[in-house]
Amino acid sequence: MATEAHAVGQAHEEHHTSTGLSNIKMAMWAFLGSECLFFGALISTYLIYSRPSRILPGTPMPSDIYDIPYTSVSSFVLLMSSVTMVLALAAAQRGEIPKMRLWLLATATLGMTFIGGQIYEFTTFAHEGLKLSTSTFGTSFFVLTGFHGAHVTVGILMLLSLVGLSHVGRLEQKDAYKVEMIGLYWHFVDIVWVVIFTVVYLMT
Amino acid sequence: MAEHEHPSELQYIKVGIVLAIITIAEVAVFYVPPLAPLLTWLLIPMMVLKFALVALWFMHLRFDNKLFRRLFMTGIFFALGVYTVVIVTLVTKTSNF
Amino acid sequence: MAIAAQVMKRGALRRPTATRGLMSWFTTVDHKRIGILYGTTAFMFFLLGGIEALVIRVQLARPNGEFVSADLYNQLFTTHGVTMIFLVVMPFGAAFFNYFIPLMIGARDVAFPRLNAFSYWIFLFGGLFIYSSWFLGGAPDSGWFNYAPLSTDPRFATELFTDTGRVAAQHRVDFYLLGLQILGIASMMSAANFIVTILNMRAPGMTLLRLPVFIWMTLVVSFLLLFAMPVIAVALFQGMFDSLFGANFFNVAGGGDPLLWQHMFWIFGHPEVYILILPAMGIVSEVLPVFSRKPLFGYAAIVFSGIAIGFMGWGVWAHHMFAAGLGPVANAAFGISTMFIAVPTGVKIFNWLATLWQGSIRFATPLLFSIGFVSMFIIGGLSGVTHAIVVHDYQQTDTYYIVAHFHYVLFGGAIFGLFSGVYYWYPKIYGRLMNEGMGKLHFWLMFIGFNLAFGPFHILGLQGMPRRTYQFYPGYGFDFWNMVSTVGAFTIAVSTAVFMVNFARSKKNGKKAGADPWDARTLEWTMPSPPPDYNFLEIPRVHHRDDFWHRKYSEDQKGRPVPVPVGGAETPTEAEGKTAHELGIHMPDPSYWPLVAAIGLPLMAYGVMYKMWWLLGAGAVILVMGLYGWVLEPASEEEH
Repeated sequence: MATEAHAVGQAHEEHHTSTGLSNIKMAMWAFLGSECLFFGALISTYLIYSRPSRILPGTPMPSDIYDIPYTSVSSFVLLMSSVTMVLALAAAQRGEIPKMRLWLLATATLGMTFIGGQIYEFTTFAHEGLKLSTSTFGTSFFVLTGFHGAHVTVGILMLLSLVGLSHVGRLEQKDAYKVEMIGLYWHFVDIVWVVIFTVVYLMT
Repeated sequence: MAEHEHPSELQYIKVGIVLAIITIAEVAVFYVPPLAPLLTWLLIPMMVLKFALVALWFMHLRFDNKLFRRLFMTGIFFALGVYTVVIVTLVTKTSNF
Repeated sequence: MAIAAQVMKRGALRRPTATRGLMSWFTTVDHKRIGILYGTTAFMFFLLGGIEALVIRVQLARPNGEFVSADLYNQLFTTHGVTMIFLVVMPFGAAFFNYFIPLMIGARDVAFPRLNAFSYWIFLFGGLFIYSSWFLGGAPDSGWFNYAPLSTDPRFATELFTDTGRVAAQHRVDFYLLGLQILGIASMMSAANFIVTILNMRAPGMTLLRLPVFIWMTLVVSFLLLFAMPVIAVALFQGMFDSLFGANFFNVAGGGDPLLWQHMFWIFGHPEVYILILPAMGIVSEVLPVFSRKPLFGYAAIVFSGIAIGFMGWGVWAHHMFAAGLGPVANAAFGISTMFIAVPTGVKIFNWLATLWQGSIRFATPLLFSIGFVSMFIIGGLSGVTHAIVVHDYQQTDTYYIVAHFHYVLFGGAIFGLFSGVYYWYPKIYGRLMNEGMGKLHFWLMFIGFNLAFGPFHILGLQGMPRRTYQFYPGYGFDFWNMVSTVGAFTIAVSTAVFMVNFARSKKNGKKAGADPWDARTLEWTMPSPPPDYNFLEIPRVHHRDDFWHRKYSEDQKGRPVPVPVGGAETPTEAEGKTAHELGIHMPDPSYWPLVAAIGLPLMAYGVMYKMWWLLGAGAVILVMGLYGWVLEPASEEEH
C-alpha cells in the first residue's frame, strides 16, 4: 500500500508520474532545498558581522541586548506550532475537517504570538539603541530575523487561507495534500528558527 | 507497507515533548557558568537533534521517498560547503596577496 | 457552444478560451507558446544589447573617442552585460527548455503550466523594469557584477551636473538590485518546474539514462539555478538595504566588508556561468549526432561530466577574486579546483569530436553553428584555464584579456550553440525550413565578425588595455586592434540582419519541413511540424536511447544503419486539425492570473525604490489577489 497514503493526499491529475511521487511535493522539497542556501547566506553574514571586532565601539553588543528568557519562550511557542501543524495534517488526512480547522487556527495563533513577540523585541532593541544602520550587528541581525519573520507571516496568511477554504467547502479529505504542502513550509520555517535560536541567541 | 504509514497523533505528541525537553536543556546549559567553555559543543548537537526530529517526523522525511531527503540534503550540503569557506576567508582575512 | 457553456465566471475575470489571436498570447499556458514568447523576448533584448555593444565599439574605434560621455559609457557597458547574461542567454535557453522538454521526454506539457506562464511574465516585467531605468534617471552603471561599495553606497552615486547644481543619480543601481531580484524569482520557479517535469513527466520507458543529453543538461542547469538563485537573492537584498535603508553590509565605516559582496556574487556567479553554457552544450550534443548520422559518442561520459561540472561549479568561485586579497591558501586552493573543472569540459569536447569522427557529415547550418561552438569554446576554455594560474591572473585581471575570454565562452560558446538550436528546431516550430544559403551566409559572417571583434581583445588585454575604460590614448599600440574589433562588431550586426531576414522570410516561403526534415533521433521529430497543442496523440512508449532513430533504422552486421520499412514519423491524419478537446485529451486551460499576479512584482519594486509604501502595498495586493485567483480556479475547466 505504498501509494495509498499518497493517493489520498493528492490531486487526481497527479497519479501517473514517472517516479510515482507527487509533482507539487517534489517542487516543494526543491524549493525548501533552495531556501537552505537563502537562510544559510543570512546566517553566515550574521556570524561574520556579529563578531566583537566588527561592532563599532559604543554600540550595543549581542550579549548586552539579548533577552534569553524572553526569546526562549517565543522560540518554544514557534516550536510547539509545529506540533499543532502536524496534528492538523493528521486530522485532514482522516477527513476530520472541523478538527483540522481547529489545529490550523491554533498553529496560526502560535505563529502570530511569535510574530508579536518579534515586533516587541525589535521595538525594545531600537529603544536600547540598536537599529538597522547602527552597526554590522544591527544590520545583519535585523535582516536575518526580519526575513525569517516575513516567512512566518507568509505562512500565517497561508494557514488562514486554508481555514477560509475549508469554510467554503473547498478543503476536503482529498485536498489534504494542500495542508501537507503548507505544513512542510511551516516546519521548515520552524527549523530555521531552531538554528537561529541556537546560533544567534545562545552562542553569543 | 508499514514504513509508509504516517505516525499516530500520540507519536507526534511524544516527539513534541522531546523537542520541548531539548529546548529546556538548551536554555539550562546556557545558564550554567561552568559549562561556558563547552557551550558550543553542547548546543550544536542539541540543535541538530531538534532539526532532525522535526524534519524526520513532522516533515515525514523518515517515511517518505528518499528523493525528497536528497533534494533537501543537497541544499544543506551546498550551504554548509560554500558558507564555511566564506566565513573562514572573511574571518581570517589578511591582506598579503 | 459546449465549451462556452462550461466556462464559469471565476472571481473578477472570466476564464479565457481563445487559443488563437493576440489576446491568447497573454493567457496561454501552452509550453510551446511560452517557449516562443521567451525566444522572441530574448531576441528583442539581444538586439538592444547588441545596439549597446555597437555604441561601445564606435566609442572605442579611435583613440580619445568622443561619441558618448564617460557617464553614458558606464551605463552602456553595464546594461550590455546585464542584458546579454540575464535577458538574452538565460531566457534563450529557457525558450528551448520550455518548447522541447515536454516534446523530448514524451509529455503533453510541463508539470506546472500556469507557473510556467508566471515565470515568463515575471521575466518580461523584470527586463522591462531594468530598461525603464533609462527613462528614470539613468541605467545601472557599476558593471554587471556591481561591486560594493561603489554600487551600494549612495555617497558614491554618479553626480550629474544640471542647471540647479550637482545632483546625485540616485536610483541607477537600485534598478539593478531590484530588477535582478525579479528575474531571479522567475528563474527559481522555472527551475523547480523543469526539475519536476523532467523527473516526473517522462513517457513510459524513458529512463534517466535514455534521456536526450539536452534534457540532462537542462536538469543540471535547473539544479544550478535552484541552488544559486537564493545566494544572489540575499546579496541583492543586502545591497538594497545598504543602498536604500542605510544598512552596513558593505559599508566599511560601519564595520562591513565589501568582500562579502564579492563572495556572495560569485558563489552565484560561477554556477551562473555553467547555467549559461550548459544549454548550448546540450543543443550541440543533439545536433552533432543527427548531422553525422552516428549516435553521440560516450553518452554516459557526457552526461556524467555535465553532472560533475554542476557539482564542481560550486567550488571555484573565488578565482574571480584572486586579486581581492584572500590570502595564498585560498588562492592556491581555488586555482587548483579551477584547473580541475577543465577536465569534465575537456571530456565533452573529445566526445563531440569523436562523434563527428567517421560520420557521414552533412554541413547544414545547424552543424556549422555547432562546430563553431566547439571550436570557439575551446579557445575560450583555454584562455579560462590561464586564469586559474594565480600569478598569471594578477596580470590579466580587469584587462581586455578577461573580456576576450568571456566573450569567447558566452558568444562563441553560448550564442553559437543557441543559434545552432534555432536553425535545428526552426522547422519543428514553424513547419518550414530556413533558407540554407542565407543560413550559411549568417554563419560565416558571424564567425568571421566574432573573431575579428573579440580575437584582438586577447592582444589588447596582454598589452595592458584595461576593461571598462571609455577612452584610450594614442601611442600605446591599442589603435589598430580596436579598429579591427569595431569592424568585427559591425560584421556581427550585418550577420544578425541576415538572420532576421531569413527567419521572417522562411516562415512564409521556406520549404515545407514535414515531421522529420533532418532524419533525426529524438521524440520531438515524431509529431507533425508545428506540433499540435496536445503534442502526442498517444503518449509514446520508449524502448531505446534515441528511440525515434531505432524506429527508423536497424543495424547490419557492420553496424551501419539500415532503414526499417515501416519506420518513420507517424503523422496521424485522422487527428489533423482537431483540437485536444475534440480528441478527448485533457489540456490545461488558459488563464489570466499568472499575468495579473506578475504585474504586482515590478510595482512592488518601484514602491521599495522610491519608498512609496502605498505602491509597494498595491503591488503586494495585486500579487496576492492574482495568486488567490490562480489557486481558486482549476487547472482545467473540463474536470469540473
